[in-house]
Amino acid sequence: MPKITIADLEKIREDTKRTLNFRLGTCKAKITVHMGTCGIAAGARDILSSVMKEIEERKLMDVIVTNSGCAGLCSKEPMITVEMANEPAPVKYIDMTPAKIKKIFDSHILKNELVKEYALALGSEKTA
Amino acid sequence: MNDLSLHILDIAENSINAGAKNIEIIVDENVENDKLILEINDDGKGMDRETVTKLTDPFFTSRKTRNVGLGIPLLLESANEADGSLTVNSEPGKGTKVWAVLKYSHIDRKPLGNMAETLISLMLFSDKTELFYRHIKNSNVFEFNTKDLKRQLNIGSLKEVKILNGIKNIISHKLSEL
Ligand SMILES: Nc1ncnc2c1ncn2[C@@H]1O[C@H](COP(=O)(O)OP(=O)(O)OP(=O)(O)O)[C@@H](O)[C@H]1O
Ligand SMILES: [Mg+2]
Repeated sequence: MPKITIADLEKIREDTKRTLNFRLGTCKAKITVHMGTCGIAAGARDILSSVMKEIEERKLMDVIVTNSGCAGLCSKEPMITVEMANEPAPVKYIDMTPAKIKKIFDSHILKNELVKEYALALGSEKTA
Repeated sequence: MNDLSLHILDIAENSINAGAKNIEIIVDENVENDKLILEINDDGKGMDRETVTKLTDPFFTSRKTRNVGLGIPLLLESANEADGSLTVNSEPGKGTKVWAVLKYSHIDRKPLGNMAETLISLMLFSDKTELFYRHIKNSNVFEFNTKDLKRQLNIGSLKEVKILNGIKNIISHKLSEL
């Protein structure tokens, strides 16, 4: 019967030690993927995978990812919320695709430049 | 939903929202009897009979009404499309069992999809909920639980990208061997 063995986990154990040693308790960015029923149906799980892939490939130790429930805007899912430590307000991005996620990493996460064309316009929260 | 693993993610998310400490997910690919069985058990706050009736009433499903939720009606629809059935048993204060049986070979049965991604998404959702997974195929069984996983890794939380991606790869690999 296939089981996860200690040998399977050896590599993760090493990686974990390294990550936890590096992390100083401060994070530059937090990305939340909204995964309510509507989000999941619209592809939110793939978006989560993309975010995780970008973080791992770019070796971004100070960017964390979480998921949460519905953002209340079903027609604009999949959505993410980006919170930067040095920015006052969180930014919601709508209609996400893996390509758009890449762009958000290139510009918002790495250069602090908001990607305006994907962002939810301020004040439009209630219109959807 | 495009595949059944997305339904499982959605249904198990309800369990987390219901405060479950333990969630058991069983996928049984019973090709011999031409059945695909999905089971999600939790020890969350449960539902009264009225709520369960509303959730699984085909009338509500067809209306796609928002105020009774969407997740369970959508799974009911997917089960019906594949000549299957859905049962929800729940007891307030005890927990909930969602049980779907689909015809394995039915042309309209959705594919199972990526269970590894569903499982790590659930691990990311909550550290306080332990997951017990059991996947049966051709009388082979793959099972694991997050309790043992944390103990083996000697960590209290699995919510790290590196860890979750690592676990995802292991699960995918083990499932491909079934
Ligand atoms: N495992 C469970 N334990 C307790 N209550 C549940 C469970 N599953 C569903 N419920 C109840 O049924 C309701 C409807 O669930 P459903 O998944 O259909 O919609 P929802 O979670 O409220 O919203 P969404 O459409 O975003 O999923 C929930 O709000 C909850 O009150
Ligand atoms: Mg739900």
